[in-house]
Amino acid sequence: MIEIRNITKSFGDKLVLSEVSGVFEKGKPNLIIGASGTGKSVLLKCIVGLIKPDHGQVFYDGRDFYESDRDTKTEVRREMGMLFQGGALFDSKTVEENVRFPLDVLTRMSRSEKMERVNFCLKRVGLENANKKMPSEISGGMKKRVGIARAIVNKPNYLFCDEPNSGLDPQTSILIDELIQDISEDLDITTIVVTHDMNSVMGIGEKIMFIYKGQNVWVGNNKDITHSGVKELDDFVFANKVMNSLRENNA
Amino acid sequence: MHSFNASMIKEIGKYFIFLGNLFINRETFKTYYKLILDECLSIGLGSLFLVALVSTFMGAVTTVQTAYNMVSDFIPNYVISQVVREMIVLELAPTIIAVIYAGKVGSSMAGGLGTMRITEQIDALEVMGINSISYLVLPKIVASILMYPLLVIIAGVCGMLGGYLAGTLTGIITPNDYVYGLRSSYNEFTVIFALIKSVVFAFLVASISSYRGYYTQGGALEVGVSTTQAVTTSVIAVLIADYLLAQLLLAK
Repeated sequence: MIEIRNITKSFGDKLVLSEVSGVFEKGKPNLIIGASGTGKSVLLKCIVGLIKPDHGQVFYDGRDFYESDRDTKTEVRREMGMLFQGGALFDSKTVEENVRFPLDVLTRMSRSEKMERVNFCLKRVGLENANKKMPSEISGGMKKRVGIARAIVNKPNYLFCDEPNSGLDPQTSILIDELIQDISEDLDITTIVVTHDMNSVMGIGEKIMFIYKGQNVWVGNNKDITHSGVKELDDFVFANKVMNSLRENNA
Repeated sequence: MHSFNASMIKEIGKYFIFLGNLFINRETFKTYYKLILDECLSIGLGSLFLVALVSTFMGAVTTVQTAYNMVSDFIPNYVISQVVREMIVLELAPTIIAVIYAGKVGSSMAGGLGTMRITEQIDALEVMGINSISYLVLPKIVASILMYPLLVIIAGVCGMLGGYLAGTLTGIITPNDYVYGLRSSYNEFTVIFALIKSVVFAFLVASISSYRGYYTQGGALEVGVSTTQAVTTSVIAVLIADYLLAQLLLAK
């Protein structure tokens, strides 16, 4: 479980996040949603420690990340896996080397154990035959799947996904969403997904935090989201034409 | 002026913090060993042709120009190769090659790290709990310190060989005079001085270029800007260090 308390972050005079608090539960995808520029990705980067908040706390199963010493921070980080928006694959390494990378650097596993784990993870994301391909030779959707395989290869306790569906077609998006949901449930890990894709929200949004102008204005799930009574959230949800037509039909 | 000084001091402070981060939270020796070997191959073999070519021509031109300036018949011909030796060993091989090294290796380091930064590859390392500065930059600096002195030695040999070819093929100097000049009044400290300079320059070029690349912000255009800044700053640092070392180690 991850808990955040009063996360605040400014860049110069611009207040990007203001006193954001919340709890992200284990075993299901926790979605952070909101329009572009509302501070979702900054919040995620504050949670994983890539951007230090001006104030606020992040607890990883009770461990205060920003108050911890360097060794504890490293320990927490080695329990994390992250899927970046662009995949962030090492472009000079093959798919297999990318996925094996955390095991090479962070573990003392034998080569055969590593290969077994790498092949298991690649199979898990449906990329059994892509071991020797370079990142430049694979599609956007495949890159995301390799990113997921790399994120889970070291058996993380926390999985973070920054816009996992950006730039993907609807079918591939659904596959990626289902993969994230299955992995979260099977491995019983805390997963946080930043997205503005309504298909993802309705598909895997078991727990949703809506960020508006740097503030957490609503928390709920995909069943409640259409009748939250929060104007900003309604504007966001029903900006989608499909959602809007569903609402009109229901009305 | 005041804000320029403040930002300059801030930048220097950030550079030293960057250097301090090279040595904290390191990975295993085995991890670095492979990375250093890869960097050595890329830096050493990748620069060999350019260094040999430039230094050979530098030696040839120095020979011709020294001969052109020797107008008195009282000065023996072998002085030409003495001058060539001193110029190449003391200045041309370590310093001029350092400028070329900054252009080739420094820009490649800055460009590579800058691209890794903008494509979130450095963030990916950080999230894995890997100290990205230590993992990415330390092998580059160590490889640079190992390889650049070797390149300087090769540059020295090629420079003197270039001088020999230009001098003997054009009839400026006889082969015997050239070799005699190279060997007469030889002071081995000049070679030690050149090697000390090469270690310092290797460190400056690798660390400054890596620093510029590592802190790239923005997109592809900014990677280009970082690369240019890396070369400019490295060259300025090399020239300042060149003067300081000469003052410290050669001044009487």
